[in-house]
Amino acid sequence: MRVSTSEAAVRERLTRALRERDAEIADRWVELQLEQALLGTDISEAELREEADALIDALVPGLESGAPVDRVVTSNSGLQEAVVRLSMRRARGGATPTVTSLAVLALKEALLKAVQRETRDAEELFASAVFINRLLDVAGALSFETYVEGREEIIRRQSQQLMELSTPVVRLWRQVLAVPLIGTLDTARTQVVMENLLQAIQDHEALVAIVDITGVPTVDTAVAQHLMQTVNAVRLMGADCVISGVRPSIAQTIAQLGIDLSAILTRATLADALAAAIKLIDGPGPDGDDGEGR
Amino acid sequence: MALPGESALASWGRAVPTSAEEGAPAPSAHVVRTEEDLLTVRHAVRAATVEVGFGLVDQTRVVTAASELARNAYVHGGGGTVTIEYPRRPGARGLRLVVKDDGPGIADLDAALTDGFTTGSGLGHGLGGARRLMDEFTVQTGPGEGTVVTATRWTAR
Repeated sequence: MRVSTSEAAVRERLTRALRERDAEIADRWVELQLEQALLGTDISEAELREEADALIDALVPGLESGAPVDRVVTSNSGLQEAVVRLSMRRARGGATPTVTSLAVLALKEALLKAVQRETRDAEELFASAVFINRLLDVAGALSFETYVEGREEIIRRQSQQLMELSTPVVRLWRQVLAVPLIGTLDTARTQVVMENLLQAIQDHEALVAIVDITGVPTVDTAVAQHLMQTVNAVRLMGADCVISGVRPSIAQTIAQLGIDLSAILTRATLADALAAAIKLIDGPGPDGDDGEGR
Repeated sequence: MALPGESALASWGRAVPTSAEEGAPAPSAHVVRTEEDLLTVRHAVRAATVEVGFGLVDQTRVVTAASELARNAYVHGGGGTVTIEYPRRPGARGLRLVVKDDGPGIADLDAALTDGFTTGSGLGHGLGGARRLMDEFTVQTGPGEGTVVTATRWTAR
């Protein structure tokens, strides 16, 4: 019997096993995943089988492409896509990254079992095992990477959504707008708030904008600076700005920090701010009316 | 699994109580590398002030001071660490912030503590303001030496 442990021979033997025993390998892989409870979610056996067929089908052209063993998975787009799709599905289903990559790595055992049917030679089996390991370690790592990327994508999207959600501009009264701020006011938030507010001032022809900071837990110099920028921008649009929701602890802290907000109209509560705003728009204008014909 | 040395140290710590009263929480360190880390620091300090038993006004003061100091470390020092400690003295509990960075340091400390002085685009009230918000305040710095700000607030003064 010809004994060959060269990489080309090992690759050829594995390719043949994949071709001839694809159903067997897929069965074994699904079985292993079910056995080891590597799913963490309720993926049906049919779905598993579908995943397995897709990945095993993609392995053959991957191996035949002649790419170095540790780059087979990443250089073949079909194969890469199969691993990525599998990992994404698991991530969405709530499986942990460890479980997901272990599920991919379980394919090693299924492949080796198929090779074992072809040969019993220890040398050949060893060479095949090394080859399969190097081939699929990359797939495990890729699966982990995909998982992390998927999660990060979700986090990015959520923080973006949060930023949009948490800065609504509401119309409180004729020509009076309010922005109830919740959470921290960093540079990015300030930008969003300012854009929304200035746009709304234009859309509603508002004369007063109330920025309510009841929901801002900490007002430090950076937050104060952002508030002042917002007030300045509102004034440039010809509207007035009132800051409301200045709680006792915040007032004391701002005073102690030495921030001068005396140029800005501030009120303790949103109700006070609305009263002040109504006074501002109803106040004696040049022609005595309530600003209707601005 | 704990190393033998570690467990020995831990039991030694329990067997021989220091001058601090029973149950002072262990210090915790927080890394400041991004603007989001400032949020984490504020949350940690807020929780610590509650733990020490500060009232709402003092909570706000300490969190604000921590926010200023951490931001300084982030903006001027290129990132650093904030360590929260729980010192004790007879009749009072305290909260100490040790904010450390390896940045360029502060060349003129007196100027930096003056209101309105800024080398960046801020308001220039951060350092001086933080000093006014805390009871004890020391700065170790020098050109090229980085900066360590140690600030403490006590429950009873």
